Amino acid sequence: MAEAIFDLQDVGLTVPQRTLLAHISFKVAPGEFVTITGPSGSGKSTLLLLLATLLTPTAGQIIFAGKSQQDYEKTTYRRLVSYCYQQPSLFGDTVADNLAFPFQIRHEKVDRDRMIAALAEVNLPADMLTKPITELSGGERQRVALIRNLIFTPKVLLLDEITTGLDAATKDTVHQVMANFTKQGVTIITVTHDESELAAADRLITITAGRMEVTA
Amino acid sequence: MNQLIVTPSALIFALALVAVAFFISLKEKIGLEKDLIVGVIRAVIQLTVVGYVLTYIIRVNHVWLTLLMVAIIVFNAAWNARGRARGIPYAFIISLLAITVATGVTIGLLLLANAIAFIPSQIVPISGMIASNAMVAIGLAYRSLNGQFHDKRQGLLEKLALGATRYQTAIDVVREAIRTGMSPTIDSAKTVGLVSLPGMMSGLIFAGVDPTKAIMYQIMVTFMLMAATSIGSTIACYLAYPQFFNANLQLRTMKP
Repeated sequence: MAEAIFDLQDVGLTVPQRTLLAHISFKVAPGEFVTITGPSGSGKSTLLLLLATLLTPTAGQIIFAGKSQQDYEKTTYRRLVSYCYQQPSLFGDTVADNLAFPFQIRHEKVDRDRMIAALAEVNLPADMLTKPITELSGGERQRVALIRNLIFTPKVLLLDEITTGLDAATKDTVHQVMANFTKQGVTIITVTHDESELAAADRLITITAGRMEVTA
Repeated sequence: MNQLIVTPSALIFALALVAVAFFISLKEKIGLEKDLIVGVIRAVIQLTVVGYVLTYIIRVNHVWLTLLMVAIIVFNAAWNARGRARGIPYAFIISLLAITVATGVTIGLLLLANAIAFIPSQIVPISGMIASNAMVAIGLAYRSLNGQFHDKRQGLLEKLALGATRYQTAIDVVREAIRTGMSPTIDSAKTVGLVSLPGMMSGLIFAGVDPTKAIMYQIMVTFMLMAATSIGSTIACYLAYPQFFNANLQLRTMKP
């Protein structure tokens, strides 16, 4: 394996009176498409949150691109390792408010053309930009949230069951986007129960009751 | 000038009004009887003590004694504002700083403009007005911060996940909280004279001061309170919002 983009070394997370994850160790190569699977409540999403620095491990360490996660400025890290929630919440009033946010936090001029191109990638029309977020369907919300994470291409994309509850056509669109980003060398780590995602993955990691099973 | 005299017997008659409230509470099973009694007893004791203290401070007219009285007012206001903060760390220190600056800056400007003089009969009541309004504004702002950090938690988490700084994540929440803190002052400024005849102005008119002069004082007070509540709630919100994050730039879990 080339130098791993992620190297988890005996990672664990214990909250008062409960161990959520223990002794998790694996490596992920750059550009790899890894799927984490396992029963509900086994700690899959927790693991993804640890990779995103939205939770901090209480044991072991996570090395990202040769450097401990803790040594990164959190904002820099999270712009490189982009995490997408299962049930995303959109903010502001319109779709444009959401797509402008990644530009604003980087102090960059908001690029309308880029926003429209991003919408097209997930089969959404340009006039969607001015649409109030309250008028979006579930599938539209999920796609807007996804491109909000992708408008600046990250190195790693962490996806937490983002296709759950989507109709078949929207699922296909999302899978197409994932495939495109994999082609561009973006590492994707997903948590999913979706058969086609499981099949498309380079590797499966199974978590049961907070522990890793032998990698398939 | 007509002298306004409230005799003890007049006050006892006024107590009959409390009896009306007490009777309503009892009859309607509102359950506020105990609070009413405590409120009456506390108001009588606190105001009587303050009356004697003010009489003494005004008679002595000593700088340090005046400042001590202002400090006590500010301390109490901060302590009460902290009560509204429900779990925000360092809420007392933050409130104390915010109310001190709001009171200091506002009174400082009024002194510089010669609108008031540094004598206890002016400084102490004005400080009380400023500190109590700042206290209410800060209390409302804290409640708004707590409510929003709870209700908008998912959206805030997503902003963090996208790589936003603490400031970029919280700025909308902070602005809304400042707005909430200031809104009673702004609303009352809009309706002053139409709905309410404020206490200070009414007091001066009661005491026989020419209403036009009383109104000039009231205009000054209105401006002064706008400044004080905006300074107070802005400082409090900007110092309080980082407390909602931990050192790893994650949201802390706080009670709503």
